[in-house]
Amino acid sequence: MTTSWNRIPRVAHAAEVSLTRRGQPLPEASHPLLAHGLGRSYGDVCLNPGGSLLHTRDLDRFIAFDPDTGRITAEAGLTLDDLLRFAVPRGWFVPVVPGTRMVTLGGAVANDVHGKNHHHAGSFGEHVRALTLRRSDGECRELTPETTPDWFAATIGGLGLTGLIETVTLQLMPVRSAWMRAWSQRFDSLDEFWELDTRAEREWPYTVAWIDCLNPGPRGEIGRGIYSGARHATTAPPRDRYREPRRAIPVDPPVSVVNRVTLRLFNQLYYRQPVHPTARVVHHLPWLFPLDAIRHWNRIYGYKGFYQYQCVLPPHAQKDGMQALLDAVAASGQGSFLAVLKRFGDRAGPGMLSFPRPGATLALDFPDRGNETEHLFRRLDRIVQEAGGALYPAKDARMPPELFRGGFPRWEEFASFVDPEFSSGFWRRVTK
Amino acid sequence: MNRLQSVVILGATSAIATAVARELAEHGARLFLVARDGERLEPLLQDLRVRGDDASATRILGTTADLADIDTHADVWAQAQEALGSNIDAVLLAWGTLPDQDACNASVATTLEAIHVNGTSAIAFLARIAPDFEQRGRGVIAAIGSVAGDRGRQSNFVYGTAKGMLATYLQGLRNRLFFSGVDVVTIKPGFVRTPMTEGFNRAGALWAEPETVARGIVKAMRRGRDVAYLPWIWWGIMTVIRLIPEYLFKRLKL
Repeated sequence: MTTSWNRIPRVAHAAEVSLTRRGQPLPEASHPLLAHGLGRSYGDVCLNPGGSLLHTRDLDRFIAFDPDTGRITAEAGLTLDDLLRFAVPRGWFVPVVPGTRMVTLGGAVANDVHGKNHHHAGSFGEHVRALTLRRSDGECRELTPETTPDWFAATIGGLGLTGLIETVTLQLMPVRSAWMRAWSQRFDSLDEFWELDTRAEREWPYTVAWIDCLNPGPRGEIGRGIYSGARHATTAPPRDRYREPRRAIPVDPPVSVVNRVTLRLFNQLYYRQPVHPTARVVHHLPWLFPLDAIRHWNRIYGYKGFYQYQCVLPPHAQKDGMQALLDAVAASGQGSFLAVLKRFGDRAGPGMLSFPRPGATLALDFPDRGNETEHLFRRLDRIVQEAGGALYPAKDARMPPELFRGGFPRWEEFASFVDPEFSSGFWRRVTK
Repeated sequence: MNRLQSVVILGATSAIATAVARELAEHGARLFLVARDGERLEPLLQDLRVRGDDASATRILGTTADLADIDTHADVWAQAQEALGSNIDAVLLAWGTLPDQDACNASVATTLEAIHVNGTSAIAFLARIAPDFEQRGRGVIAAIGSVAGDRGRQSNFVYGTAKGMLATYLQGLRNRLFFSGVDVVTIKPGFVRTPMTEGFNRAGALWAEPETVARGIVKAMRRGRDVAYLPWIWWGIMTVIRLIPEYLFKRLKL
């Protein structure tokens, strides 16, 4: 059964078709269509219960690359993993990468993904120079920000609903090595985080913080953690080789191994890992994609799956709001494995439904404990709503329609660009 | 170690062959690809030229031909030699279909057609190129067989017959060409996630990705292996399956 990464919801599709070449006519069906790449989103933006999935994994061909300008065109099913393998040895880098490189170009566009360098480089869509979009009526549209600004803005972050994204032209970013200079430091509270962040973001193009959302800091408040920053290194170390460890979670444990005891322990240990206040050189793979080294890590939550909760709060409400969210999580006792806090740059995403915007974003994951979990989510929703924030569609399996509409005020304008034959579980849920 | 700097790939748009071509292009090889469908060959050539830094399209070339039609073979081989020079390092035969056993059971013509596409036509090509390799006294000839060729099973034995015939031919050819220093490699993939196997329930540890199998093929060709089960676990599985006595095997629904 095709699921997304968190394996909630588990839904049946009427048909699943693999697309094998661009220009291939879309299947004529009585039910709605949706492209599905590697299924790395959490929830139902990549699912289409009762409808058809168009698998894009085999649409993975390069089309053109200009080694002088770093502009690349490829089919939308190409993964960022493949693209990095190609680009890095040639001195180029994907300008925005999410926390996993196991996503397709089409998925990165459709969710307008962001990375640890948002304050520096913005979201993925800002680096897209052109797209081709196949509509269900057979028309193939060439989209660019200059010639078709409205269609382009609808398709960037458009959750795959404006049609099938067939090809993507992306501007790569020059790098001088596959390595990064990285630095990290512990902090005791959110106040310290904000202070650290203000200083660090100018110096480090990539920044991110991990928060221990179970164990309070020395002053008794939740918000201790580890702050990390990095930039691409200008030279490689003498031994310019890196072998990524390939560990895997081989099977589904019968129940989630993530529980109160293991969470508390994990958070303690994680907080106590060695930090590196003076920068050291590390390979880009473990720094940008630590979880990619553990294949099938989603299995630790067992067959039942888990939820991600990722929100953004606007600048004026971010400090109080983040503290309130963390306090609510701590009070519920349902801590998160990896609570990730990151301040976005002061720029809105280029898409009508782009999630990145000025403010700060917090990502949490929770094993599914049924009502108890949904109860916590409602409390968190209230905080987000009062702050005027939004939840990230790519990480959502349950947000109420009001929260979506409040967080994405251009949704009605967007709706007029949706292909009449395309839909998703997410879209039907939030526009009900 | 065999050089794989100029390689002919026949049936190049199959998922496994495509993955082999990518692997070789990334190592800077010169390639000549043959496929039936130009609409699929062109995008693949484009892809390989990007991966192989061949923007001028001088090292990565191809042509369309229906290799099941034996009359095309002479011309295809001539074109390949023209494109890569007569000193070709390796040829990989990868065309084929996965016939529906029920359709074969219902039709003699379908059965013979499937055996021709997957077996006889490949043997015809091998027979044509063998003297050239023999004369040059070096190189690799590899062909994609199948674990299905190791034993006839009710679910898939027409395909198995063709691939079994191909494997026996390769065995003999290996023996013949050994004395002139040419390696003949029989590739036996197990279950691979490709468009050819779409429609099967492909969950489970035995299903491999085309890229994994392709890496194994390139390695087997470099090393001049005789028979390569890919992934290797299939060697064990097929050994067990071959050892089951026939009076018992005929009662199984494998």
